[in-house]
Amino acid sequence: MLNYTFDWSIITSGKYFDWLVSGLITTLKLSTVSIILAFILGLIIAVMRMAHSKPVRWFAHAYLEFFRNTPLLVQIFFWYFGSYKILPTVINDWLVSTNFEFAAAAIALTIYTSAFIAEDIRSGVLSIPKEQMEAARSAGFSYLRAMQYIILPQAVRITIPPLVNQFLNLAKNSSLAMTIGVMEMTYQARQVESYTFKGFEAFTAATVVYLVLSIVITALVNTYNEKVLNLHKAT
Amino acid sequence: MIVFKGVHKWFKNLHVLNDINLHVTQGEVLVVCGPSGSGKSTLIRTINQLEPINEGSLVVDGMDLSDKKTDINKLRAEVGFVFQQFNLYPHLSVISNITLAPIKIRNMPKKEAEEQAMVLLTRVGLAEKRDAYPSQLSGGQQQRVAIARALAMKPRIMLFDEPTSALDPEMIGEVLAVMKDLALSGMTMVVVTHEMGFAREVAHRVAFMADGIVLEEATPEDFFMRPRHERAQQFLRQLLTPMQAECP
Repeated sequence: MLNYTFDWSIITSGKYFDWLVSGLITTLKLSTVSIILAFILGLIIAVMRMAHSKPVRWFAHAYLEFFRNTPLLVQIFFWYFGSYKILPTVINDWLVSTNFEFAAAAIALTIYTSAFIAEDIRSGVLSIPKEQMEAARSAGFSYLRAMQYIILPQAVRITIPPLVNQFLNLAKNSSLAMTIGVMEMTYQARQVESYTFKGFEAFTAATVVYLVLSIVITALVNTYNEKVLNLHKAT
Repeated sequence: MIVFKGVHKWFKNLHVLNDINLHVTQGEVLVVCGPSGSGKSTLIRTINQLEPINEGSLVVDGMDLSDKKTDINKLRAEVGFVFQQFNLYPHLSVISNITLAPIKIRNMPKKEAEEQAMVLLTRVGLAEKRDAYPSQLSGGQQQRVAIARALAMKPRIMLFDEPTSALDPEMIGEVLAVMKDLALSGMTMVVVTHEMGFAREVAHRVAFMADGIVLEEATPEDFFMRPRHERAQQFLRQLLTPMQAECP
């Protein structure tokens, strides 16, 4: 028979509860920072991918293929263990004095996810009729400003469902940051388990946190989509 | 205002513009007509370089389009373009469609741009639609907004590429009325259209194109009453025949 006594009290109060909460806060910070940066970087790479200049296009293409096709864990290790060796001492010293684990994880998550976001946005842009670009250009907008004011706002709206997927993946992928010692949700759950042997309770808590986080992200984006963007659907 | 000299253009092997020589003076209304595939849309699109030319020289409002140093965005800001399919920005309200370019390109304060937009909307008879979105408007209304949007940049030249071809018959009149009003105000205009009534009434000159060549260039009266070229005679017969069949 089942030889395990459930004890939920250890995760709902006291020291272990505090650990889990601090893990949750770190996960929220890491996900938020990375989602915002990945979105901005994804937009930039998407525009570069469609640029007129061949070298710019090739650079963006290489970037995409490189970061989409290597494991995130390797990228996290690269930024944490590898970039250390090639950066100038001044930057290194500054990084060590700050929260280097967090920075390395955020950089890896941002860059990795931006590659996927860029491809989603690009397919959104390609679905906008080319006459929209012509209308903008004939009004006197440069290519980049036409993108900024006319094409991207329409493309991003179309891209929302795949973007939500990328945001969710990023939030869940942030758990890999524990491998370089970022004290986020999964790391703290693991800590609680090691101290109490209450693995079931600790990881149930982590599971619930990720689940709620994902649902909140989906709801936020959908609300934004309905309230702000879908007021005026294209015909 | 617009001077074509020996302009040629090819799409791969297709010679779409063949030795075009045209001169449009300030305040003049030129109507370009011809059978489909004659190159008339390509011709009008070269004027703001939506289509670059391959050979010859094209000077628009003092700017030489064959010169690489010409700032093409500056030229386009001076030339209004109205499309067959309207091409309003679907994510922006009517008023934002009109104010976007003046605010972002001319650096006009938002308030001033909106006041100007309301004057233009009133002129095209759509003041009450300021907060509507393009998808809520009829084709004729969308095209009138598109004209107001082009006029908001205070262009020196207005180009119309088959502005009524995508419209239901009952909406053509309202768009033509706006264009006529604009012509009477002294705007320099090049209009590609099949609306021969408009050409007869408003145009100063008519250019007839076929197979990439301007076959005939004449006053509306000469063109409609005494077309010289056989292709032009044939074209006019085809345009007029169905009408005569309907009203014997």
